[in-house]
Amino acid sequence: MKALLEVKQVSKEFVIGNILSREKILAVDQVSFEIKASEIFTLAGESGCGKTTMARMILGFEEPTAGEIMYSKEGPKGEKKVWFTQGFQAIFQNPFETFNPLRKVDSYLFETVFNYKLAADRDEAIGLIDSKLRSVGLSYDEVSGKYPSEFSGGQLQRISIARALLTDPALLIADEPVSMVDASIRMSIVNLFKSLKEDLGMSILYITHDLATAYYLGGQIAIMFRGNIMEMGNVEKVLMEPKHPYTKLLRESIPEADPSRRWKDKITITELEHEEYLRKGCKFAGRCPEVMEKCKAQAPETVIVDDVYVKCHLYCSA
Amino acid sequence: MENNASYVLKTRNLKAYYILDDLGKKKTVKAVDDVNLEIRKNEIYGIAGESGCGKTTLMKTLYALLKPPLRLIDGKVLYYRDGEEMDIYALDNEERRKLRWEYIAYIPQGAMSIFNPVLKIKETYRDFLDSHLSGKTRDEIFEIAREHIRQLGLPLKVLDSYPHQLSGGMRQRVAIALAALLKPAVIFADEPTTALDVVVQRGVVQLLNEIQDGLENTIILVTHDMGIHANITDRLAIMYAGKIIEEGNTDEIFDNPLHPYTKYLINSLPRFGDRGSRVSAPGNPPSLANLPGGCSFHPRCPHKMDICEKKIPELNDQGNGHKAACWLLNGGEGKDEGTS
Repeated sequence: MKALLEVKQVSKEFVIGNILSREKILAVDQVSFEIKASEIFTLAGESGCGKTTMARMILGFEEPTAGEIMYSKEGPKGEKKVWFTQGFQAIFQNPFETFNPLRKVDSYLFETVFNYKLAADRDEAIGLIDSKLRSVGLSYDEVSGKYPSEFSGGQLQRISIARALLTDPALLIADEPVSMVDASIRMSIVNLFKSLKEDLGMSILYITHDLATAYYLGGQIAIMFRGNIMEMGNVEKVLMEPKHPYTKLLRESIPEADPSRRWKDKITITELEHEEYLRKGCKFAGRCPEVMEKCKAQAPETVIVDDVYVKCHLYCSA
Repeated sequence: MENNASYVLKTRNLKAYYILDDLGKKKTVKAVDDVNLEIRKNEIYGIAGESGCGKTTLMKTLYALLKPPLRLIDGKVLYYRDGEEMDIYALDNEERRKLRWEYIAYIPQGAMSIFNPVLKIKETYRDFLDSHLSGKTRDEIFEIAREHIRQLGLPLKVLDSYPHQLSGGMRQRVAIALAALLKPAVIFADEPTTALDVVVQRGVVQLLNEIQDGLENTIILVTHDMGIHANITDRLAIMYAGKIIEEGNTDEIFDNPLHPYTKYLINSLPRFGDRGSRVSAPGNPPSLANLPGGCSFHPRCPHKMDICEKKIPELNDQGNGHKAACWLLNGGEGKDEGTS
């Protein structure tokens, strides 16, 4: 099957510091992956790993410094932007910042409908909006005429998902959609993603630091660290039999709701993340328990081990 | 009355409400409603619950940090120091100031942002020590700070750094270290791991464990993250709509949750190796200003009975110190019913 979205060797460089001391940081370093139709693809990693920068480049908010981002087809001439935003919708981390507190929430829904000319008149628009709100467990009557402050965070996040669904996108890009909401609401949103994929055949790019919900959703996963994809493959393989030492560390560091599995080993933590970005060899070499001499000098190649892409010297044939 | 020597903090029927004046209409938000805690020496006590359940207000009430519109309505907060019982609300300001930091310390939510951005970390240490330990020279104070940082396994160079030079996780750990500086008997930590990465979270948990091992004191940990509770706490209380609805040993609560809400809370967590469908509690938590009658959980509860709408169940011991407030248990019937 042809990929819906293909990211080829994409890099993004940022310059930090002042006029006297300039440092270049590769926020995203030659990242490649693809998302197929009706697939959940998780981009996971800690803060500062480049996952949001990657999402911003896919959405066209940032230009990549190098590499290409290819969409399955090209839109009609002159209407590329409309075609693009219709097929690729996004929802963001903080539902309270998504909506202007002084504007009624339903105005956003109507705006989307009329911008994309999805309905001829207001009655048709209400019907469409109601059906999308119902698919996220709300209804037009519950939402109409209300301000954002009258909803809980979980409800607002659902409304922003409903808004994204209005255009029937092929891919929903969700940047940390559940990190601001409570555990009980978190699962209802994650379950909603599951049904979007299963019932509507939608693809979802799920960007998160929460590996437990990523595992629950299934599909493909890429673990990012300091701009590089360290390990990529099927969720079951990557998270249940992690190969890269960083994936292993991440996996062990997730607090499991099981008091018999408390952490026993001690870990070391970086002091400064940009030092890791500037590292010459493997970015993880400073904390890796299995570090070798060559890791510090040279960045490893990405190799395929057991259907999983791994970027680690341990798996490179000597 | 039982021996108080093994306890460090007790509350009696503690009630703290926000009294709001909404255009002439009085509105009462019952954030802490009839809470009885008995917290022991040398334990990590967890308080879990969703946002808006009153857990932060409970922290503030225990630490006597009430500001209008939050008011203490009823009840007592008793601390036990050297065999002496102290009601924190009966102390005058000077006595309360002495109690704070030296006997009880509080790490507020978002503690990583407490540092003055234009002072090096060591100057913050000096400020802090100056006001609590008099008659020390500058060098002696820096030596105490260095020793403290070294003991907790943090890098010494943080002392000479400005706050913005440290990552969020490191600032959080320095803030926690600061709270432990005067070796308090009780440390309150409000969401210390929230908004941090998993690996950094683990570092914070490691630090809290080290402090507790070293001082053999009590840490009261508030977080919504059940994974963190499972990992670090000895005993756990579940809070819902201003009340403690279940309390017991952490292992016991995770093995055998009794309250339907706790069951949802624990069973809805995704687990590795099991991709079975997870269902969370239906609906939303109630507004604390407009609580349903009877048990506050009844509108969301799958086992609702008539009595649940009328009377509030009490927190009763169900054996082995495992307490729960639910009519399913209190009524004597349905006790052995396997609910999932």
